[in-house]
Amino acid sequence: MAKPAAIAGQIVLYGAFAAFIGYFSTNPTYKQIPDDVALIKLSMSHLGGRDCRKRSAEELSKLPPNMRAPLDCPRGRSDIKLVLELDGKPMFETVMHPTGLSRDGVSTVYKRFEIKAGTYQLAVKMNDNLVNPGFNFTKEARVTLKPAQVLVVDFNPDKGGLFFQQSAANKL
Amino acid sequence: MLRGNAQTLFDSIENFFDGYFGGADNPLRHLGALGLYFLWILVASGLYLYTVLDTSIDGVYSSIDYLSREQWYLGGILRSLHRYAADAFVLVMMLHLLREWAHGRYYGFRLYSWITGVPLIWFAYISGIGGYWIVWDRLAQFSAVATTELLDWLPIFSEPAARNFLAPDSINDRFFTVLVFIHIGVPLMLLLGLWAHVNRISRVDYLPSRRLMLATMISFLALALLKPALSDAPADLALVPNGLRLDWFLLFIHPLTDLSSPAAVWGLVFGATLLLFALPFLPHPAAAPVAVVDAANCNGCARCHADCPYEAVTMAIHPDKPGHKIAVVDADLCASCGICAGACPSSTPFRSQEKLVTGIDMPQQPVDALRRQLEARLASWGTPTPGQARLVVFGCDKGADVRGLDAADTAAISLLCTGMLPPSFVEYALRSGADGIVVTGCREGGCEFRLGMQWTRERLARSREPHLRGLVPLQRLQVVHASRGDGGLLAAAVAEFRNRLEMQWVQNTRPPPFSRRTR
Repeated sequence: MAKPAAIAGQIVLYGAFAAFIGYFSTNPTYKQIPDDVALIKLSMSHLGGRDCRKRSAEELSKLPPNMRAPLDCPRGRSDIKLVLELDGKPMFETVMHPTGLSRDGVSTVYKRFEIKAGTYQLAVKMNDNLVNPGFNFTKEARVTLKPAQVLVVDFNPDKGGLFFQQSAANKL
Repeated sequence: MLRGNAQTLFDSIENFFDGYFGGADNPLRHLGALGLYFLWILVASGLYLYTVLDTSIDGVYSSIDYLSREQWYLGGILRSLHRYAADAFVLVMMLHLLREWAHGRYYGFRLYSWITGVPLIWFAYISGIGGYWIVWDRLAQFSAVATTELLDWLPIFSEPAARNFLAPDSINDRFFTVLVFIHIGVPLMLLLGLWAHVNRISRVDYLPSRRLMLATMISFLALALLKPALSDAPADLALVPNGLRLDWFLLFIHPLTDLSSPAAVWGLVFGATLLLFALPFLPHPAAAPVAVVDAANCNGCARCHADCPYEAVTMAIHPDKPGHKIAVVDADLCASCGICAGACPSSTPFRSQEKLVTGIDMPQQPVDALRRQLEARLASWGTPTPGQARLVVFGCDKGADVRGLDAADTAAISLLCTGMLPPSFVEYALRSGADGIVVTGCREGGCEFRLGMQWTRERLARSREPHLRGLVPLQRLQVVHASRGDGGLLAAAVAEFRNRLEMQWVQNTRPPPFSRRTR
């Protein structure tokens, strides 16, 4: 091939290479959720309850002094029941199992829910010891979700148990 | 069937590119070397970016953003080079994988290179995806959340890793320190893996040609100036990032997960990895016989050791000749190309033995059989007719098929690889009655056995041992680069060469005749 034609061909082909790299490095743009949708992230990591028995004074006296714990607890943890409701209707319900071979680890959940932006009555209920009936933790609030906003439903005993978090400046 | 079509497609595109680039500068023929070159660009630009990166949670975004906008002429360009070289690395890596598969280069003696190449794909993607997180913009946030959600599908964490990105106060400065550590550590593993990947081949193309390096660098620089890599808005975990300018070379896995499911994506990823590992062990044609050393005829010159493209020949102490060495063939590494037989000085047809036994030879096409085939064809020609050129064409089983050229005035001999042709056969054919010799093999950069055609060219140009002797007139020799499917090109070149010889019919350029003593 004549040299000028070869050079022109190389310019075109290198240009096509650069254009290919340049285009697909940022295009086409990607939308993970539609414009009018917000996100609820339900995520918890919590140790389930245990049925502990109080040791009698006689039992404690038989134990070595350094092992005289007042409560006798099994190693395993209870499953945790969790219910999420939106405007009074069940949205998600699960029973979280303890991790670990001896079922002595935390129970966890992580779920995403895409919902239309708007105002909703949001409720979450949790029972962390299924020996007992009902729910020993509940949280309910009216929340307004803007498009693309993330609302986190989490549990932290230091924050009073179940809580909703929309942003650092807008805690519920 | 599928592989054959893929090979034909690659061959067609490569041949088309040859017209503009030539074999030495054709990027498709040097994908591995290009990948290594892009990796060095990544390392060099990454070192600079590392020096200015502030790994605090607030500083990580601002330090890189400042670099891109305020110091665009240096830091900004280096950041863009880092981005585009990473994308190009992934592109050439996947093309390299496809090309080697299409050519069936994944089993037998190539098993080691194939197997060691598979983990490199993982390292490349881990490095690339993690690199996007370091700037901690909205794209980084999206990728971090999507990746951890994908990882959480696997039973490897006791707590969901995605909980680390729940809310703006979920992460801290240490996260980016760990991230930088991973982004440096994994590429180091990639480099180590690359060393293993090329460990069993000799004369590795660590870098492509200067023209290729310059042209791709100019392409990246043009991109850096016209479309500089910039950060998106800062990450905000309180919002879902949307309308993202996604890097589809590296981050395509996230939309794929959204479209399908984590189970489907992991199934695809692990399934593809297992398939790549299993591919060499699936049924394939039996391996060809490997090179065999004849101790009595091996003088330990080590030319076969120097010319073997796969380091299959090593030298050991000769068992029978004190002070001498002997070639030893590793059957697991031998490609059965015969390049070693072409390199052996004992492979000369001028030797008088009835049976030509050389130092290192191929059982499926011994040098003795080659001499007998040549002599039989030359004997069949009878008395020469002035003005009518009679040619010998030496070709390659992997290149353009020469058998179709065989005719009353043309002896066509196909070799395992053109590199197995001892140059003395060219002289022998000319001195035994041929008017001209055509030596043909794959196009530059397209040799099935990497170096066969290169060594042949150098031997015939008298710059590599064993070289063509000075008494052979070069005007009676024609070298033609013709790969598989270039039969028309080869036939035209042979016809033109014949025409030239017949038009310039000069007897005094013929080397002195030779007739081998057979008794």
